[in-house]
Amino acid sequence: MIALANMLRELAGLFVDDGALALAIIAVVAFAGMVVTSMPQASLAAGAVLLLGCLGVLFASAVVAGRPD
Amino acid sequence: MTGSLTLIWPAMTAAFLASLVEAVEALTIVLAVATVRGWRPAGLGSLAGLAVLALIVVVLGPLLGHVPLRLLQFVIGVLLLLFGMRWLRKAILRQAGVIPLHDEAMTFATETEELREQARRNEARLDWLAALTSFKAVLLEGLEVVFIVIALSAGHGMLLPASAGAVAACVLVAGVGFIVHRPLARVPENTLKFAVGVILSAFGVFWTGEGLGVAWPGGDLAIVGFALMFLAVSGAAVLLARGPRTEVLS
Repeated sequence: MIALANMLRELAGLFVDDGALALAIIAVVAFAGMVVTSMPQASLAAGAVLLLGCLGVLFASAVVAGRPD
Repeated sequence: MTGSLTLIWPAMTAAFLASLVEAVEALTIVLAVATVRGWRPAGLGSLAGLAVLALIVVVLGPLLGHVPLRLLQFVIGVLLLLFGMRWLRKAILRQAGVIPLHDEAMTFATETEELREQARRNEARLDWLAALTSFKAVLLEGLEVVFIVIALSAGHGMLLPASAGAVAACVLVAGVGFIVHRPLARVPENTLKFAVGVILSAFGVFWTGEGLGVAWPGGDLAIVGFALMFLAVSGAAVLLARGPRTEVLS
């Protein structure tokens, strides 16, 4: 039972390691979804939000983790 | 179809490199089990893990065909973003020296010592424990490979090239491991993870956008542009994250 629980935990860990990074990615995707819903004719704007948001989130997450306390 | 052809090489390369990393990690643990308890439990555990993986592919594969394409692309895209950016972040931090590099020799030594400790405590059940360790390693590392192959081929009929890349890597690692009987510590794991993280993140943005209805300029070729942008941003992050101290985060 403990082995099964450990395996499930490791399975979840495939996608979520740093909770803040995962939440930020979901927030970017949700925001891009809101943009495409409110402006269906300008889907590229949603694409830009998605791409730049993900790049920004990755950069911020890595730089903050490497910053001295 | 021409559009899909532009994706074959990135998909096959990503599947090959990712599978190489995962197969090396699984091999290290299987070798540790074989060293302490022999090849029988190590082999049986590995075979059981491979059988469960095959079952997952056989059951899950046809089911995915029934999911509407845009929903499938969106869900797979978001999972790829979570998975790929997690790999990429870790590779950036390792490259910057913020967290230590993954050390196969150390993993092998730790795993071997744990199994020897279990042997001292409970000799009778050790074959089961050894087989379970081997099974767990193959299953968990293999699940990552299965996910990457399925995700890269989502909706674009690239199951064959992605699977070919993954199988080639697993056969290569198993073959080399069988010959040298030692963990493959010289594989530049972090560089591979960096490259795979870049490609998976690029695919993740592309699929998620397609799932949302975004018409990417250049079609499938946009993935190459996304990968270059992720590479540039990751390189900049390595430079900025690189500090005077080395903090162990994991």
